[in-house]
Amino acid sequence: MLRMPRFSVQTPATIEEAVTALQSPGARVVAGGTDLLPNLKHRLEQPPVLVSLSRVEGMRAVAIDEATKMLRIGARVTLTGVSEDPLVREHFGSLAQAAGLVASPLIRNMATLGGNINLDTRCRYVNQTAFWREAIGGGCIKSEGNVCHVVPGGRNCVAAMSSDCVPVLIGLGAHVVLVGPNGRRELPIEDYYVADGTRHTTRDDGELSTEILVPLPTGPRRCHYSKWTVRGSIDFPLISVALRFELERDRIDAPITAAHVVAGVLGARPRRVTRLDDILGKALSDQGVASAVAERVHKQCKPLENVPYEAPYRRQMLRVHTRRAIEALVAAG
Amino acid sequence: MSSPSPASLLSVRINGEPVQVAVQPHHTLLEVLRYQLDLIGSKQGCDKGDCGACTVQIDGEPQLACLTLAIHAEGRDVTTVEGLATGHGGVHPLQDAFDRWDAAQCGFCTPGILMSAEALVRKTPRPVTDPEVRAALAGNLCRCTGYTKIIDAVIDASRLMHTDDETADGAGQAPTRPAAAAQ
Repeated sequence: MLRMPRFSVQTPATIEEAVTALQSPGARVVAGGTDLLPNLKHRLEQPPVLVSLSRVEGMRAVAIDEATKMLRIGARVTLTGVSEDPLVREHFGSLAQAAGLVASPLIRNMATLGGNINLDTRCRYVNQTAFWREAIGGGCIKSEGNVCHVVPGGRNCVAAMSSDCVPVLIGLGAHVVLVGPNGRRELPIEDYYVADGTRHTTRDDGELSTEILVPLPTGPRRCHYSKWTVRGSIDFPLISVALRFELERDRIDAPITAAHVVAGVLGARPRRVTRLDDILGKALSDQGVASAVAERVHKQCKPLENVPYEAPYRRQMLRVHTRRAIEALVAAG
Repeated sequence: MSSPSPASLLSVRINGEPVQVAVQPHHTLLEVLRYQLDLIGSKQGCDKGDCGACTVQIDGEPQLACLTLAIHAEGRDVTTVEGLATGHGGVHPLQDAFDRWDAAQCGFCTPGILMSAEALVRKTPRPVTDPEVRAALAGNLCRCTGYTKIIDAVIDASRLMHTDDETADGAGQAPTRPAAAAQ
């Protein structure tokens, strides 16, 4: 039995009231609670007050903004909602796919997209009971200690960004909307994350993420999300790769005009794979394209011993999953 | 906006009945169900969202009571395994099928599995298929059965529920347990 520490809960009715409530020192937002509550039960956080979004109006719509040519997804849309939404499925199949692969159906019925982009980083030395962490000598720099068990001597936390949706959203060029006491700001989701596992987003404590904006496709493309897990359900990814290929025509043998490859579960920030220029102009179905991309991913992505399974094994599997994902896209036509 | 308080009065419908109960802000719905309302059908397993033993339905959607703040149930409709048979004459067809197929061994996961399965059969306008059951139960761990008997029981219950829709004489009749399951 895991009990939560004591806290009070505020239940504002509007975004403005929620932002006001968030200005209270140490306040934390709770929506679905599927990430926060286990962390509270493990005493990884002890906020004096939770600001619940349960009564807040809005933030639950999915709609196309014709003016900006963006799909606007409210931060409180559940992951089940994202995975089943007709607009998301029509325009962003890989996002629907990623949202539908998070944890289990029960978690997806509760968890929100806003929660998933703000998912705390995870590490095998952190997401344990307080008793467990005490037994390894009093935690680490992300919990109650001051050492890193993953990188001996390390001063920077390398806990892994384990969200399924985030690599996909980065690959799709999404933006996140934040509302704070000084108003609204919007930034590319790629710039939302920083390589520090103890504080991996650039969101201020007093800000609330209210919306995710995804630019609508301007031409034919093929997208895929690949996640490797210990079991077929419930688990966080061991590795993850989001792929997006823009094509000259809507055919699998058409030349690739742009390629976006993003890998997750490395450190606190998802990694955009670079130097993909040599596949531009080639067809996705060309001999060697799948393995060329897979080699780039393998070369640039170096998993750490921060989640289950050995890092060298996970690195090999990054190559395998990338290649298989592209082969699946080719097979699907 | 409500101000922080040590306890607040929660108004919720539980298994169809309006209930008012004073809850602590740091208590989960599962703690309130089990330790304040004596509804101990929903089980406390891992208590952190991995096992699904605490599954209840909130407004008809299966969710985890161990990760739901009690106050988040305000004004909602909560159904626990105790309320499953309401309107089914004391035994839900799923419960009956679980009995016939020996789909419960130690029984700890059963309440949660029944709540996930009920949502599936209720939302599917025809008998459910094996892949649908597997997908719907993907958040409920069972360490005894190996799942096969559970999946068979859900499919059988769903089939019978649709037989009942079409022919009145199927109602209440004990179906024959297939020989394959009798090993």
